[in-house]
Amino acid sequence: MNQTQTSTGPILTTDGIPLKVSLKKAERINKIRAFLLVLPLLAFILITFLVPIGDMLARSVDDRQINTVFPKTFEVYKKWDRQGLPSEEVYKTMFFELKNSEGYSVGKASTRMNYSKSGWKSLLKKSKRKFKKIEEGPFKEQMIAIDKKWADPEYWLALGQMVDPTTMGYYLNAVDLKYDSSKNIVQQKENRRIYNKTWIKTFKVSLLVTLFCLLLGYPISYLLATLPMKYSNLLMICVLLPFWTSLLVRTVAWMVMLQQKGVLNNLLVMSNLIADENRFQLMYNQTAVVIVMTQILLPFMVLPLYSVMKTISPTYMRAALNLGASPMHAFYKIYMPNSVPGVSAGCLLVFIIAIGYYITPELVGGKDGQMVGNWIAYHLKTTLNWGLCASLGAILLAMMTVLYWAYNKIVGIENIKLG
Amino acid sequence: MSQKDSFVKFEKVDKSYDGEILVVKDLNLDVPKGEFLTMLGPSGSGKTTVLMMLAGFETPTSGEIYLDGNPISSIPPNKRGIGMVFQNYALFPHMTVKENLAFPLEVRKMEKTEIDEKVGNALAMVELQDFGNRMPLQLSGGQQQRVALARSLVFEPRLVLMDEPLGALDKNLREQMQYEIKHIHEKIGITVVYVTHDQSEALTMSNRIAVFNDGKIQQISSPDILYEKPNSSFVAQFIGENNQLKGKVKSINGENCIVTTESGDDIHALKINVNNNGDGSLVSLRPERVAINSSENFENNFDAKVKELIYLGDHIRSRVEVCGNDQFIVKIPNSYKEANLKEGSTVKLSWKASDSRALDLN
Repeated sequence: MNQTQTSTGPILTTDGIPLKVSLKKAERINKIRAFLLVLPLLAFILITFLVPIGDMLARSVDDRQINTVFPKTFEVYKKWDRQGLPSEEVYKTMFFELKNSEGYSVGKASTRMNYSKSGWKSLLKKSKRKFKKIEEGPFKEQMIAIDKKWADPEYWLALGQMVDPTTMGYYLNAVDLKYDSSKNIVQQKENRRIYNKTWIKTFKVSLLVTLFCLLLGYPISYLLATLPMKYSNLLMICVLLPFWTSLLVRTVAWMVMLQQKGVLNNLLVMSNLIADENRFQLMYNQTAVVIVMTQILLPFMVLPLYSVMKTISPTYMRAALNLGASPMHAFYKIYMPNSVPGVSAGCLLVFIIAIGYYITPELVGGKDGQMVGNWIAYHLKTTLNWGLCASLGAILLAMMTVLYWAYNKIVGIENIKLG
Repeated sequence: MSQKDSFVKFEKVDKSYDGEILVVKDLNLDVPKGEFLTMLGPSGSGKTTVLMMLAGFETPTSGEIYLDGNPISSIPPNKRGIGMVFQNYALFPHMTVKENLAFPLEVRKMEKTEIDEKVGNALAMVELQDFGNRMPLQLSGGQQQRVALARSLVFEPRLVLMDEPLGALDKNLREQMQYEIKHIHEKIGITVVYVTHDQSEALTMSNRIAVFNDGKIQQISSPDILYEKPNSSFVAQFIGENNQLKGKVKSINGENCIVTTESGDDIHALKINVNNNGDGSLVSLRPERVAINSSENFENNFDAKVKELIYLGDHIRSRVEVCGNDQFIVKIPNSYKEANLKEGSTVKLSWKASDSRALDLN
C-alpha cells in the first residue's frame, strides 16, 4: 500500500516529508556557508570593480553636464529652425545663464562644448569676462561685438549635438568620426585622425606578441612537459622567474639592453657584425614594445601550454611512431591537435592582456609605439576627457567579449585549460 | 631450433639506462614465426625494456636484434613495421575509432577504398562494427582494448608486441580478452611477443613463456614444462603455487638426490640444480601432487599436523606442518572421502620423488 503511494506522488523520506524539501533543508546550511565565504570578496569586487566599470560605461554616453549649466538656453534653442542665426531670445538666455553661472561649471561645460567645435572654450571665457559690463539688451548685437564667433552659425549648430542627455559622440570620436553641424556622422579632419591608427597598431602589436609568445613558448612547454621531473622543475623556475621581478624593473632592464648605446647594440658593434653608425634602432618604437611585451607575457603562454601538454601521454607519440608515422607527421597529427586547448588558452590570455597594455608601451614605445591604453591614460590624466576614455575602454571591453564569444563558438570554453 | 626458424633474434643484448646498472643482461632469445611468446616477470625484471628495444623506443647498449634475419637496431620505430598494443591502449583521443584504425594505413599512403575495406575488416574481427564513429573515450575499457588490438593488426605487421594490454581491465573481462587474443593469434598466425606479470595470463595464452628476473631469462619453455619442471626456485615460486622445503643435500645418486631438512627429515627428490653434497637446497613441490593418507607406496612419507583448513568450494586448502615447515599447503579435492579432516589432527602425507625437485637456494 505504501509502495503505490510513493510511486504516484512525490518521493517521501521516512519521516513523510517530500524528499526534495528535505534535501533542500539539508543543503541550505551549506549554501549559506558557501555564500558567507565568498561574501567579502563579492563585496570587494562589487565596490572596487563592477561599480567603477559601470560608472565609466555610463560616462561614455553621458552628456548631461552642459544641460545643467545652460538648461534654459537649451529650452529655447530647441525651437530654433537651424537656419541662419538663432533668435534674440536664445542669445538672451545664453547671456544670463553664462553671466550668472559659476566659473567652475562653465569651465567643465565649455570643455565639453569644445569637443563639438573647438573655439567654444575661449569664446565662453572671454565673453564671461566681458559680459559684466553689459546690463541690458538687445544682447545679440552686443555679444557679436564682444566676439565675432557669436555671429558664426557653426558654433550655434555645434551646440545642437549637446541637446540630448546622451551622446554617441565619444564613441564616434574613438574611431575618428564626429558629428557635423547638422548631426551627420562624418570623418574627422585628416590631421585629427589618430585613433583608428592606434587601434590597428594595438591589434598588430597584440597579435605579434601573441604569435611570438606562441612560437617561443611552444617548444619550451614541450620540453618542460617531457623532461624528467628534476630538470623540468628547474626549467619551470626559470620560466616563472620573471613573475617574481617587478614589471617596471624588467622594462627598465630592457631599456638598458635595447637602447642605441645599449648592451645589445654594443655587443653587435664589438663583434663587428654591424658598423658603429648603423646601430639598430630598437628602443622607443613598436619593435621595442613587441620585444619587451613578448618577454613579459611569455609565462602566460607557457603555463597553460605546459599544463595541457603534461596531460598528453608520451605513449601517443610512441603509438604514432609504432604505427608508421614519421616523427614530424606524428607530431603534427597527434601531438598538436591534443595541445590545442593549451594553445588557445595561452593565446587568448596573452592577447587579452596585451591589448590593454599600458606601462610597457609608455616606457619603451616612444611616439610610434603608443597603444590604446596609453591614449586612455593620456585623456584620463592630461585632457580630462573622461567620456572619451570611457568609450575607448568600452570598445576594448566589447572587443574582448566578442573575442571570447568567438573563441567559445570555435573551440569551446570548456576546452580551455589553465592548470 | 635452426637459424632460419628464428624470426626475432636477440643476440647478446645488454641494456643499461645509467651506465651503472644493467637492466637486461646478455639476452639471447629466438622467437620462431607464428609463435606466441610471453615474457613473464615481476616489475623491474627487464621484460618491458626488452619489448621497447624490439619496438625501437630503446636502443640496446650492446648486442644486436634481428628481425627476419636483418639487424634492426639502427632502424627507427616507424620503419620497423611492428604492431604494438600499449598498456593504456594509447588510442588517439581526438580521432574516432575509424580514424584511429585508418591512421597506420594513411601514413602508408593507401587508397581510400582500400583503407575503408581494411578498417571494416579490422572492426569486424574485434566485433565492433557499430562503433566506428565513436570517440575512444565513449567506449568501455574492454572495447578500447579491442580497438587497440585492431589498430595494431590493421596494417598487417609481421610481428605484434603487447605490453600488459589487459592490465587495466577487471578480472572477468581480462579472462574473456585472453581467449579473444589467443583466438585471433591462432586465426591469423601472426608472431606475438607479449609482456605480463600475470602468470595465469601467460599460462593461458602462450606457446612459450620466458620467465624474467633481474634482467635475465630464468627459464624459457612451454607453459606445462614451466609449471611442472621449473629449473630454479625463482621460477618454481613465481609460477603457480609451490611448497618449498629448505635443507642440505645429503647424497646424490645419478638423477636423484636426498635433501635433509633442518628438522632432520630426508626428502627424496630429483636433482635439478644442486651439484655437491652439503649444498643448500630448496625442494619444490606442487600442492596438488601431495597425497593425504594414501595407501600407495611413494618415496616420501611424512606425518603432518593440520594447522588450518580453508574451504574454497571445489577444493579445501589445508595448511599443514611437515618437515619443520608450517606453511606447507595441500589441496584436497572436495570429495566425500577426504571430508573428515580436522584442524589439529595428524595425517600422513606422501609424494613421489619425481614430483619434488631439489633446486638452488636463493
